Amino acid sequence: MAVDSQGPGFFTSRLSDGIAWARKWSLFPYPFVTACCGMEYMSVSSAHYDLDRFGAAWPRFSPRQADLLMVVGTISQKMAPILRMVHEQMCDPKWVIAFGVCTCTGGFYDNYATVQGIDRIIPVDCYIPGCPPRPETVLDALMKLQANIQASRHTLTGSVQRPPRH
Amino acid sequence: MTNGDSSYPVTERLRARCGDGVIECHAHRGDETIVVRADCYHQAVQFLHDDPECDFDFLSDLTAVDRWKLRQSPRFEIILHLYSSRRNARIRLKTRAQDDAAPTVDSIVDVYPAANWPEREVWDMFGVRFAGHPNLKRILMYEEFVGHPLRKDYPVNKRQPLVEERHIPDDRAGMMF
Repeated sequence: MAVDSQGPGFFTSRLSDGIAWARKWSLFPYPFVTACCGMEYMSVSSAHYDLDRFGAAWPRFSPRQADLLMVVGTISQKMAPILRMVHEQMCDPKWVIAFGVCTCTGGFYDNYATVQGIDRIIPVDCYIPGCPPRPETVLDALMKLQANIQASRHTLTGSVQRPPRH
Repeated sequence: MTNGDSSYPVTERLRARCGDGVIECHAHRGDETIVVRADCYHQAVQFLHDDPECDFDFLSDLTAVDRWKLRQSPRFEIILHLYSSRRNARIRLKTRAQDDAAPTVDSIVDVYPAANWPEREVWDMFGVRFAGHPNLKRILMYEEFVGHPLRKDYPVNKRQPLVEERHIPDDRAGMMF
């Protein structure tokens, strides 16, 4: 009887759930802040909206200490290589949130200078629409990302198998 | 001449110096605008800076206009805004780059060191060369950028991605991300 045909066993699935639980409540965001959305990020991080409730309170400004890349603001073509480098320097497992309409799609900057959505250069887990997004939208994205992390399969070696997109 | 203002003290002084190098002028509420030929441009700027009666010691702006949609030639116009802090007077000086295909005017960095960055910006965005500029390279766009985006015939939504774009297959259902 092949073990694989029955999916993960009791111990590995409990282990995966435990790691997922730990990871989703201890996100360390790297705020890649470039533009006006940065003020909205500060507002969400402040006491009034209290990001700490979700375990994502402490921004880390070194990619190696962060596992959640929050891209906050317009990304220009000139800046794109730096964003790509920061993403590559982050250790696995890592997640990316695109914060605001400019990051998601280029916003109203339909021109030569602006990247028309960061998913053209790095993978994105969660998109936050709005110019700027409401703080509630940001918290909603964070909770959706946490649900995504909980639904992923985690192993002790660090690899993450993410749930399929819908 | 417009607006019924008939006093052109700076223009007259400059005309005495450059002769028919001054090709157009007008004034509005005492602020004069002078257009000079490209070959007299550097001489005119030097005169406006050095002459004690003019004494324009501050370059407040240097920019350019692409007159492509006006179907005018010369196509590129360089515009200087000068200010005299001792006389509290302003003047606008214009010149037109002669060659539409490879427009070039003299650099005025030796007269106004503040012209260094604006001239680089005009080169970057309009593609007007400044002869004698100490460091004429792009300042806003990156080195690999092709073309000059503030030219009126530059397609505004043209893309030149600096990093390779990710391949995203049509069927995303089975993707990891």
